[in-house]
Amino acid sequence: MTRNDLVIRVAGEAGEGILSTGQLLTQAALRAGFHILTYSQPPSEIKGGHAFFQIRLSADKSYSKGDSVDILLAFNQEAYDRNAAETKDDGLLVYDPSEVTPSADSHFVQVEFPLNDIAKNELKFPIAKNVVAVGALAELFELPTKHLDTLIEEKWLRKGEAVVQKNLDALRAGIDYVIAHVPDRERFALHPDKPHSGEIMVSGSEAIGLGAVAAGCSFMAGYPITPASDIKEFLEVHLPKTGGHALQAEDELAAIGMVLGASYAGSKALTATSGPGFSLMIEMLGLAAMAELPCVIVDAQRAGPSTGMPTRHEQGDLYQAAFAGHGECPRIVLAPTSVGDAFYQTVNAFNLAEKYQTPVILLGDTLLNVRSESIPRPNLDEIEVVDRLLFSQNGNGAAASGSVNGEYNRYVLTDNGVSPMSIPGQAGGQYIATGLEHNEEGLHRYDEATHTIMTQKRFRKLERAALEAPAPDRYGDPTADVGILTWGSTVGSVIEAIRAAELEGLSLDMLAPKMLMPLPDAQLRPFIESKRLILIPEVNYTGQFANMIASQYAREFVRINIFGGMPFRVDRLLEKIREEVALHV
Amino acid sequence: MSSVVTAEKRKVADYKGDERPTWCPGCGDFGVLNAVFKALSDHNFAPEDVIIVSGIGCSSRLPFFTGAYGFHTVHGRAMPVAAGIRAVQPDMPVLAMGGDGDAFAIGVGHLVHAIRRNLNICYVVMDNAVYGLTKGQTSPTAERGLATKATPQGASDPAVNPLLLALATGCTFVARGFSSKPKDLADLIARGIAHPGFAFIDTYSPCPTFNTVHTFKYYRDATADLPADFDPTDFGAALQYAASEDPLYLGLYYQSEQPTFEDHIRNNKPDVTKNAMTVVEDLFDQMS
Repeated sequence: MTRNDLVIRVAGEAGEGILSTGQLLTQAALRAGFHILTYSQPPSEIKGGHAFFQIRLSADKSYSKGDSVDILLAFNQEAYDRNAAETKDDGLLVYDPSEVTPSADSHFVQVEFPLNDIAKNELKFPIAKNVVAVGALAELFELPTKHLDTLIEEKWLRKGEAVVQKNLDALRAGIDYVIAHVPDRERFALHPDKPHSGEIMVSGSEAIGLGAVAAGCSFMAGYPITPASDIKEFLEVHLPKTGGHALQAEDELAAIGMVLGASYAGSKALTATSGPGFSLMIEMLGLAAMAELPCVIVDAQRAGPSTGMPTRHEQGDLYQAAFAGHGECPRIVLAPTSVGDAFYQTVNAFNLAEKYQTPVILLGDTLLNVRSESIPRPNLDEIEVVDRLLFSQNGNGAAASGSVNGEYNRYVLTDNGVSPMSIPGQAGGQYIATGLEHNEEGLHRYDEATHTIMTQKRFRKLERAALEAPAPDRYGDPTADVGILTWGSTVGSVIEAIRAAELEGLSLDMLAPKMLMPLPDAQLRPFIESKRLILIPEVNYTGQFANMIASQYAREFVRINIFGGMPFRVDRLLEKIREEVALHV
Repeated sequence: MSSVVTAEKRKVADYKGDERPTWCPGCGDFGVLNAVFKALSDHNFAPEDVIIVSGIGCSSRLPFFTGAYGFHTVHGRAMPVAAGIRAVQPDMPVLAMGGDGDAFAIGVGHLVHAIRRNLNICYVVMDNAVYGLTKGQTSPTAERGLATKATPQGASDPAVNPLLLALATGCTFVARGFSSKPKDLADLIARGIAHPGFAFIDTYSPCPTFNTVHTFKYYRDATADLPADFDPTDFGAALQYAASEDPLYLGLYYQSEQPTFEDHIRNNKPDVTKNAMTVVEDLFDQMS
């Protein structure tokens, strides 16, 4: 049987080169046309501690990390002990005998791989241990060596020909060892049957950073927090190239304060955080909504409450994103479903924020932000970038917007609720942005009529935005009786469960809206009304999305929830789906 | 900026807004507002080229009474908002205005960092030792034991010394003003605006409604100008005079020139910037 995918996990001490081994292998496999999805868990401890890097290679596009491991490379005993159980029965465990004493009663093939010995004694080049490992792993799935040769040249050429040659020798040593010592290795061979060309390898956090730059973001402020810090670090390096700036604030209150200042001053601005930091930002989320300032807030969710499990996965912040804040605080919430989608939804987040002058929250999560995927290179010519409606004295400004006295009214009432915005420096555009209720001029007023009219104005923008919701993900058989409604990164596991169900003759149909607040009725209603049974899987205890849906649509929804800090395994999700279908259909 | 160069010097009246101040009669904040108008006219800024950022409280309503751009933020958060503005409009003068509760209670964390950044703004704190908008609770600048109607047992904690706080944090322009000396105050604010860095001006601005101790008369008796030969580049002298409780000195305590927040941002940018889509295409190339 031809293999369709292969999951390789490299495990060891953090800082032992786990990441560099994985990245070298990943990049070479990308160039060979494999579809790739990586998975890692940042170590919880600061120094050392166990870490791993997992690569799922597939002949065609894959959507989830893979439930279990085909090839495990264990650098040390802890890596062996913690990961052996996730290795498949027909899998292969490769370990360094100088570090690992393998268990006698394993269910998989175990092969010694004296990495340290080869690097130190045979090659006299101890730091090449990781390259030896790369050679071995690459040979196992029959990756053409030319891709690795080229990469090694690119990576080490500036250190001289001799260093390149030493690394090429190390690569060869790994390859030779596998050829000589691994029995039945052809069963791990994998060839891309639909090789892509020119895909790019991007992490979720990078995709968000790239989307922000493409959308015209020129300011970012953030405060370090797992798993969102990568976005800040990415933009600190790359925003200045466009003339923009990213910086580290003293806390999340300051980060969103800076973002609102930058937005008021005319910039497209972003902050990125995780649940605990987002909690701190909620005070000024209300200010953004009240003063009608465009801004994008990324909440890369992690397992909570409180400090919770900073490196673990959970979809627990949907309520917070959709409802948090005092008073009635309009906002838009978007949730990307994959790494590639994160790029496009970030652009959409900026476009909606600018168009509707309102905060937009982009819900990522640990799984999505930390992993990398090979994705088709986005065609930037097809990216639409929306800018805010600006005040201009002779054009679309006050006069055009129906001001009574010819003076600029920042919050002039319009059909869609959007009023032209002036930028400091514009003569005649002066106004005071405020969190107080205010009239069309922006002056604070507490009368009943003003609060009524202005509340309607702010929510009118949301009603319009719902009509422009980004297209949802749809997967499976549109005529199926059983529908699956889901959101965010859980989509990956659902798609693979649907694929597996099809092979068993079970037809399923998935809908995953990207806009979760306001809920896009035009997408949801036809789907909900056409299905006999609707399942809603999500990684949280309370069924936050299911509850939001159930409050809008009067019918039964069946919830599937896990909440242990890990994403859905495809096999267990499918088992659960089977159970529910048997029970209800 | 769209300011029109006018031969004529702008007058105080050019900076007034349409909205009349909502402060109680006799409030110290009127004097501060007039000093702001005077300082702005000294600089001859066009009103549209000035941004006044404030927090929450009686004094933070000040932007509404001017004809400038303004951002009335939330309680304690004027500093980060001002930083965001300066990060993207580093050439536009920004004044921050607010009260002592804003600066030294809920916003003290941000104040310390705005000072550390040497954010190039002028921050005028209207200090009356009470929370006026919530009807007279004591603030962090109230001395231990100060009793008000809303704090009948008296303030439980000793007062913050704003000048020592600013000096200890590395502030590059530290001054104290008094709203009943509007000419001196206007001069301090004008110099604070001109200062390349964070200008901090703690300003006595009595609350006649809720603070019956720290009245105009109290401050007239308790204050004295810094000596004529005082050297504002002498950090040790600044600390010594800032620690004085009798008299409370008025004037510029300390000034130094240090790299600013805005310098850092300018230095971080390449000489030639690229179109955003070009930057993204370059990154895609690196990711393939």
